[in-house]
Amino acid sequence: MLAYIARRLMYAVPILIGVNLITFALFFVVNTPDNIARLQLGVKNVTPEAIQKWKANHGYDKPLLYNEEKSGTEALTDTIFYTKSVRLFVFDFGVSDEGRDISHDIQQRMWPSLAIAIPSLLVGLLVNISLSMLLAFFRGTYIDITGVITGVVLISISALFYIIGGQYIMSKLWHLVPISGYSEGVAGFKFLILPVAIAVIGGIGSGTRWYRTIFLEEINRDYVRTARAKGLSELRVLFRHVLKNAMIPILTGVVVIIPFLFMGSLLTESFFGIPGLGSYVIDAIHAQDFAIVRAMVFLGSVLYIIALILTDISYTLVDPRIRLA
Amino acid sequence: MNVTENTIAWWQLTPNILWTDWLIYLLLITVGGFIFYARRHEHLCAPWRQIMRRRLAMGSCIILLAFAVVGVLDSIHFRQAVEVKDDGAIRYSNETISLFDQLVLPLKNNTEKTYSSPFATHLYAKENVEAADGSISRDYPRLKHGGVHLLNSGMEKSDDIQSRVMTGIGHSALLMLLLIAVLVIWQSKKNTQTVTATLKVIWQGGHDGLPWKTIIVTVGAIVLLICLSRQLATVYHVFGTDKVGQDVFYLTLKSIRTGLVIGTLTTLIMLPFAIMLGIMAGYFRGWIDDVIQYIYTTLNSIPSVLLIVAAVLMIQVLIDNNPDVFATLQQRADVKLLALCFILGITSWTGLCRLLRGESLKLREADYIQAAQAFGVSHFKIITRHILPNVMHIVLILVVLDFSGLVLAEAVLSYVGVGVDPSMISWGNMINGARLEMAREPIVWWSLMAAFVFMLLLVLTANLFADAVRDAFDPRLRSQ
Repeated sequence: MLAYIARRLMYAVPILIGVNLITFALFFVVNTPDNIARLQLGVKNVTPEAIQKWKANHGYDKPLLYNEEKSGTEALTDTIFYTKSVRLFVFDFGVSDEGRDISHDIQQRMWPSLAIAIPSLLVGLLVNISLSMLLAFFRGTYIDITGVITGVVLISISALFYIIGGQYIMSKLWHLVPISGYSEGVAGFKFLILPVAIAVIGGIGSGTRWYRTIFLEEINRDYVRTARAKGLSELRVLFRHVLKNAMIPILTGVVVIIPFLFMGSLLTESFFGIPGLGSYVIDAIHAQDFAIVRAMVFLGSVLYIIALILTDISYTLVDPRIRLA
Repeated sequence: MNVTENTIAWWQLTPNILWTDWLIYLLLITVGGFIFYARRHEHLCAPWRQIMRRRLAMGSCIILLAFAVVGVLDSIHFRQAVEVKDDGAIRYSNETISLFDQLVLPLKNNTEKTYSSPFATHLYAKENVEAADGSISRDYPRLKHGGVHLLNSGMEKSDDIQSRVMTGIGHSALLMLLLIAVLVIWQSKKNTQTVTATLKVIWQGGHDGLPWKTIIVTVGAIVLLICLSRQLATVYHVFGTDKVGQDVFYLTLKSIRTGLVIGTLTTLIMLPFAIMLGIMAGYFRGWIDDVIQYIYTTLNSIPSVLLIVAAVLMIQVLIDNNPDVFATLQQRADVKLLALCFILGITSWTGLCRLLRGESLKLREADYIQAAQAFGVSHFKIITRHILPNVMHIVLILVVLDFSGLVLAEAVLSYVGVGVDPSMISWGNMINGARLEMAREPIVWWSLMAAFVFMLLLVLTANLFADAVRDAFDPRLRSQ
């Protein structure tokens, strides 16, 4: 097991190098630092001196890959590629174009993201599993058909409408919860209700659809027939046998998304004014702060690779038939 | 000189085809070619016939076709003549419009000053209005176009709407009767049976198994909507007007093309890469497989939203810094749209590639391919003749499944600020603009509602159709 994890982590290295090269190419080769400086300074202030000053302030005034003026290892380290890209490997994200420390910002903004993401995940799981079990119990009847069609309709609605509609009905019409905002501790609870509810409702369509197929796949297995033949009631079969086995694909599916909970949701966070990592990215996009976007791309890839490894491990934990070699 | 003024007709124009237009034509030719090819091969026809026999799928298909027609009409761009000089030289307008614009000209041109609600005759906000006697009062000003014919006829608005609705229903009923008559005669001729027998087949669903009733009802609904909007939308703003006074109904219809372009061209662009790399990885195995797997795992490991954000930001900077390459604002918006399709394509080809790799791994061990290898058939020929036709169903299913997701993604990306150009009419931009208006009192809800209804209709029908396609071509993929 440990050997397997070690090997997977080794595989991750070339992938992260690839990600690093792609982002480097995107951010520094497609557009030269001069272009970025011009964009940041705006049309009015563009003078060659201003561009030079901006580049020097933000550390973009070095050569891209090889510094001919320096000698020894300095020729390689005193470059944009080393200071801006290679340093990401040790999670040194540097400072944003605005001058703030990105690592510090990420650490602070992680918690609001989690405060939304974890309740959404748990409540969503509970709702989706219950609904899909209900559909599986009534399979083939009109309840099932209505449920499936409702599911397709729910999937077809854009996430934007769930948020806008939810904010309008709950906050503007009924004045139940504040329309947006965030605060720490217990006082922040009232701010979390609406985003979590909307995240859950928005996920019902796809979640229920997926879990229902999992349940239906299990429900036709031989062991389920045996359980029925023993004379167990349908409810007992469903809860004691089908649910237990269906949890394997469901749980491994959940493990995949756990690392991404840190990243937060772009839409929910920006609509509800939650100072998490999702709105961090949105703000960075609007301010065209490339340093933040670059850092988040790298962080996202690291989390993706962690998610893949976690999934493989969780398979062995819940399903003893699978062995990792 | 006064003679030349009269000789300008609407058909005096010069085509001005955008890049995305060319790709849409290419797509149409491909689809047409496939239909032509499939008609002669029974094994290709059979699943399609199965799809067409399902009521839900057939209804969705017709609605999707209606969307497609609007999208294609909106993809034929040209510039009209504004002046014919004495020596026969024609000066063309700077504005590029599409055939669809030409068809709905009153919708395009009837712009008001600012917001007005659906079917309104007066503006949304109070302004200083000058009365006939010169006195100035603060009131809701009369719209320039919305319901302006009421002033001449002196009719009440509700009466006018009622009579127009009745006319629309009448027209569509007549049209439908005509269409049904043509259908019955055609079917009777084709199957050499009496008219009553044909009617019975259509009513009960007979030997050919096509859900004729569903077809008639769906087509009838579309015809009714067209007739109603012909009656109403030409004189009212049926969905109101937006901030700068543009007709929201026109904006929603124009958004169809943007949605379709994103949904179809994205897959069209990525398809060659995904198919080639996926099959190569599975067929050759070894180091080729390693390299291709490495490429798609790397691309896949970047969260797609962030990759899109990064790439779009970069392309925006690139375009902004080279403004002289693109002559008009519209061309620039078009290039941005194409770039967005490219970027979305890059992030979405990996799933298809992985599935194709798995399938080719399986296929290369099949007896007929082993036999082909033993005969010394070249790798290229084995891939194109034996493997490719056997994985095409996976390609088709994924293309259809991806479509609705891409249409939805457009709206989200436009909100995030990395979607289509702000000057381009799209549902995403409409929602983005309308979002800020929710805070107004009284609330401006119509842009949002119009975008919502049309988007839901397109995505829902696409989803229903995709489900039917998936079931018909490969029931095993159902679990994914």
